[in-house]
Amino acid sequence: MAVTVKTFVSASEAAGALSSDRTARYLGGGTLVMRALNEGDVSISIVVRAQDQALTRIDASGPRITLGAGVTFARVLAERDLAFLHAPARSIGGPAVRNMGTVGGNLFALSPYGDFTVALLALDATVAVQGGFGARDIPIEEFLQARERQTGTLVLSVSCTRPANTESFRYRKIARIKPKGGSVITLAAHLPLSGGRIAGARIALGSMAPTQIRARAAERALEGRSLDAATIAAAASAATEGTSPSDNALGSAWYRREIVGVHLRRLLSGQE
Amino acid sequence: MLELRKDIFADERDDNLKEIGKGTQRQDMLGHVTGTSSYFNDHKLQGMLHLKVVRSTQAHARIRRIDTTDAERSAGVRRIIRGTDVPVNLNTLLSLINFGKDDEPSLAVDKVRYKGEPILAIVADSEHEAFEAIAKVKVDYEPLPAVFDVEDALKSGAPVVNETYPKNTFIYHDVYDHQRLRFGDADAALASADHVLEQRYQMSPIEHAPTETNGAIAAPDTNGRYVVYTSTQALFFSVDTCAKILDVPSNTFHFIGGTVGGGFGGKVDTLTEPLAILGAMLTGRPVRYVFGREEEMQYGPPRGAERIYIKDGVMRDGRVVARKIRAYFDSGAYTRLSSYAAVKCAAHLPGPYTIPNVYGDVYCVFTNRTPATAMRGFGVTAMDFAIECQMDKLANLVGMDPMEFRILNAYRDGDMKAHRREAKNTALIECVQVAAEKAKWPIRDEFRRASSRKDGGGSRAAIPPTPTDSRARPAAPAQQRTSYDRAPVTATREPPRDPPPPAPPPPPPRPAAPSHGATRFSSVFGTRRR
Amino acid sequence: MAKIPLQFRHNGRDVAIFVDGGTNLLVALRELIGDMTPKFGCGQGGCGTCSVLIDGELHLSCLTLAETVAGRSIETLDGMKQGPNLHPLQRAFADNFAAQCGYCTPGMLMAAKALLDRNPSPSRDEVVEAISGNICRCTGYEPIINAILAAAGGRVSA
Repeated sequence: MAVTVKTFVSASEAAGALSSDRTARYLGGGTLVMRALNEGDVSISIVVRAQDQALTRIDASGPRITLGAGVTFARVLAERDLAFLHAPARSIGGPAVRNMGTVGGNLFALSPYGDFTVALLALDATVAVQGGFGARDIPIEEFLQARERQTGTLVLSVSCTRPANTESFRYRKIARIKPKGGSVITLAAHLPLSGGRIAGARIALGSMAPTQIRARAAERALEGRSLDAATIAAAASAATEGTSPSDNALGSAWYRREIVGVHLRRLLSGQE
Repeated sequence: MLELRKDIFADERDDNLKEIGKGTQRQDMLGHVTGTSSYFNDHKLQGMLHLKVVRSTQAHARIRRIDTTDAERSAGVRRIIRGTDVPVNLNTLLSLINFGKDDEPSLAVDKVRYKGEPILAIVADSEHEAFEAIAKVKVDYEPLPAVFDVEDALKSGAPVVNETYPKNTFIYHDVYDHQRLRFGDADAALASADHVLEQRYQMSPIEHAPTETNGAIAAPDTNGRYVVYTSTQALFFSVDTCAKILDVPSNTFHFIGGTVGGGFGGKVDTLTEPLAILGAMLTGRPVRYVFGREEEMQYGPPRGAERIYIKDGVMRDGRVVARKIRAYFDSGAYTRLSSYAAVKCAAHLPGPYTIPNVYGDVYCVFTNRTPATAMRGFGVTAMDFAIECQMDKLANLVGMDPMEFRILNAYRDGDMKAHRREAKNTALIECVQVAAEKAKWPIRDEFRRASSRKDGGGSRAAIPPTPTDSRARPAAPAQQRTSYDRAPVTATREPPRDPPPPAPPPPPPRPAAPSHGATRFSSVFGTRRR
Repeated sequence: MAKIPLQFRHNGRDVAIFVDGGTNLLVALRELIGDMTPKFGCGQGGCGTCSVLIDGELHLSCLTLAETVAGRSIETLDGMKQGPNLHPLQRAFADNFAAQCGYCTPGMLMAAKALLDRNPSPSRDEVVEAISGNICRCTGYEPIINAILAAAGGRVSA
């Protein structure tokens, strides 16, 4: 029996179809769902699509920007107002994957993928979802923690903070292949400054746990301090706290724990 | 840019070459750039069915029961193939040249020996329907202790991976559980050496990851024959392997291949053709069996892992006087080509160096890992890695430049190799000199003046007294004829060689060994002098 | 299961086919239209050998649900030749030995075309980035990069 494809004009209809059947999956750019079908995943029997223009909208005017779930990485790269998100968008795939992969889909991409979500996590993102019960906004951390149960809900958009300047948001992806490759680890840091001191630091890590996580101990080491060598060293040595990386073909858990502090130090001290 | 150093060995070469150093277009280039080169999967056949296999989820387990009741009723399923449907469900690749025992089933029957081993084949109208049926197959496993480490596999009480070889080693000539090289007295030389360095090296399995995955399409032809489009790198080898497994004459098949989307050694194992053909035989329809990417990466055979211990004796002046090596080649659960890899491993000892005392033991070991296969210099690559790392460490130990250290120890023409063959046409010294020059690496004049054609032979041509192993010699080998034993005199084909090699000067005290001289060509073993 | 009717432009020609639900564009092109130039390499978005242009934009056909291309224009290597003549990129690949086994070549050429259609004189870094989603396992990247630069520089006669 082949897969049934259901295409809807509005996102809310698609959300209804998605929540009413456990075997339904939402098709965004195709890089996750089509891959699963190609590899013989028979748990998917319904593919849901929506042609709603709202899903591809970008609102980059205010202090918090909003990206429709169906916005591709190529479109992020084409928006001058989204320059702070260009590094994470460019770190994903080759040109074809960036023409297809979406911001919403990236929320569901498991390690060693999901790099854009690391940036969103550092930027205090909120995920707008629509389930059978209606629409609501979920803090991204809460969304990620319950990710396995989210396949029945439709992501409509993601909003995040626009960093005050280029210095206050930093992103770094460690891969074995340049310029493309799966993540060994991925780091993003939002370091808002208030009177020369960091206020509200958020550091996000990819491939250091089953989902993207925040390095809260490192954040605490930065909070209220200026970004000097001692502060950076303290944050770097706290980088592994609360992490639970796994072994995979790109690196071992041991290796990830070894390097995460090194790369956090480089990220915070502005080294290449 | 490519640079040809024609100045080196100019007098040894008939230098009227017309092709080398000039660009010559590949004959398949036009097909490649227009996308018209025809790979195995570029054939759309009417009514083609799709074959997928149920793979073991266990590394080592007895199969208690296979329940296909639900799978048989699944939509689009045309045929489920079990091990008992395979006419000759036990094979080893090199049996075609009478080397090794049949040890691997096409579909596992009573036991699985590695994770991913094929158990059932399902032929369905579409790939998706084959996947759906696979999800409905229930295999009842009784897990067995598994062994993943070559040295653990050789310990007493280790789980027996493959009952054909109950000691977990390949058995050469029915008798020998490893390849052995003895030349001079390594233990005595180690005892009197200025320095001894013992190190452990290992190399992981490496996947070829060809862009085109392994696969085949088999279709019934007229006159009871089958057309087979295949990704194989070894077309005639695959024809004969299929003929054996399916118990039909090889002219039953019309194999079409040759255009391979990357092989690198990973497409010589005849993994897909037998089941594709059997599917076509049992359904009367064209059948395609192609690996998905995860299958290719996880269960496609890799370059085998190796673990190598090297113990070297070196003198203060930089001469390596003894090299003792113990190496383990990880064959995975079945032999495939690893028996040969271990031979190459032993044949490569002690590297391109003249060392008067060499001792080598090389084991081809069975573990519950994915069976290994050919890959670019397999058997030699890891050994080379180990030996060259060791050479750097030895140079450091005696305070010598690593380039000069290699020149000092290199084979020179006329030297006796540990395999009791005279070294000829050696060129390591010249390679190192050019490498040093290119890398702007300073070497001293005496090393810049060294030559492969000077200072070799003489005392370096002698075969040193070699003590016999104290262990009792194994019984005489059975009358197995392999390419290692002397072949029957009949029909030994010699490839034309131009110019004919000069007869090697007999090395001084020739040991009582099998007679040598005939050259025999084998697609697997290459040209061998015997 | 009812088949789904699907129409699109394939290398400038209108085509109409019926697909099963869930069929990807690669299978539709190869098995229903008979265009064997895009290849299957991974089905995961990792290798790029199935690359095609959809409305001029580089996409992976194996990850594209076939019915999403209804009414759109698909270009594959099969449509690259200009009448009997090779496209400058094809000529440049041949002249620069930019193919060994040939299996990645269709995807490489489409990725290169996507680049040059938008950026006729790219830098070397831009060429590297443009083919960064395409894997060549015979490891012939240098000749491929040189070929694309040669085609861009007009140093190739078609």
